[in-house]
Amino acid sequence: MRYWFPYPLLSLALLMLWLLINQSLSPGQVVLGSVLGVVLAWIMVNLQPDKTRLKNYGVIAVLAGHVAADIVRSNIAVMSAILRAGKRPINSGFVTIDISLRDENALAVLACILTATPGTAWLEFDRQTGVLMIHVLDLENGAAWSELVRNRYEAPLKEIFE
Amino acid sequence: MSHLTDLPTWVAIPVCILLLLGSTITLIGSIGLIRLKTFYGRLHAPTLGASAGTVLICTASMITFAVLQNRWILHEVLIIVFVILTTPVTLMLLGQSALYRDRIEGKNDVPRKAAGEQPDTTGMDI
Amino acid sequence: MNELFIIWSILASQILLGLAMGCALFRMVRGPRAQDRILGLDALYIIAMLLLLTFGIRTANSIYFEAALIIAILGFVSSIAFAKFLMRGEVIE
Repeated sequence: MRYWFPYPLLSLALLMLWLLINQSLSPGQVVLGSVLGVVLAWIMVNLQPDKTRLKNYGVIAVLAGHVAADIVRSNIAVMSAILRAGKRPINSGFVTIDISLRDENALAVLACILTATPGTAWLEFDRQTGVLMIHVLDLENGAAWSELVRNRYEAPLKEIFE
Repeated sequence: MSHLTDLPTWVAIPVCILLLLGSTITLIGSIGLIRLKTFYGRLHAPTLGASAGTVLICTASMITFAVLQNRWILHEVLIIVFVILTTPVTLMLLGQSALYRDRIEGKNDVPRKAAGEQPDTTGMDI
Repeated sequence: MNELFIIWSILASQILLGLAMGCALFRMVRGPRAQDRILGLDALYIIAMLLLLTFGIRTANSIYFEAALIIAILGFVSSIAFAKFLMRGEVIE
């Protein structure tokens, strides 16, 4: 089973994508999409990505909700910061955070979350020391930002991936 | 413009609001590209158009086509997923390469290679 | 009345997106460093994609959607290639 379907979630996602592009649920498209999903998953084996098991699906839903809320909130914050930029200079700066997350996929998800949220951008992660550097547009104090990243994103990601 | 008359009012109004809101947010993001003073500040600006702008305008398009053709049209979900997944990757790589180039040139408003110290907020760059 | 309303608001949002493209273009032409230009290009193609979507709503033609999807995929690849080039290549400014 594992041999024939090395990445079941990936195959399922590819099938969904194929059906969405073609806008149909006809049996022919479903078969073609399934074949494509399975074949492309075999190709993925050659790329040898890190295998991780997802645990704790409830935490995933909570994290997704938090991320959506944060994206909306920081969109508003960044908009007001840009509109105010003429009057007073924006206080932006770099923040370094110690994180203990080591799983490759979890780090990738964290990077996407931090960069997709306007107002924070992932710049650099040092694998040896575990120090992450982000750039924050509207910085009040650095310690609060590093606490926020650690509690709000890193802790749930640790529960999900490790 | 014949087909747009087929659109009932209860659909037309949310579509208009979504379109105008989305394009305004995108415009504000691009104004940020001009107004912000440093590269690292400007790095945040396109995310506005990429997250809020794309979601709002794609939703407007989805509603219009669904009502006009009387069935569920979920095409635009693909664009939302692609843009939301790919923009962070681009911006991350751009930020890294900018950091790399600034370090090579020895700019002193960019922090050195971080060495596990306390959160350092002295690098205010504006 | 209803029809006029939606046509005007599509037009208005197209004008807003056009202005946004102008801002991104300004950063692309003017940008002091190469990374600023790439950032401008990245913003420019996302806004162009949104503009195509509004054209699609205006004409109720789904061919615009396909063009927007292609821009969304290929623009990403080009930005990644440029960003990688900045790290490895010999950049002449």
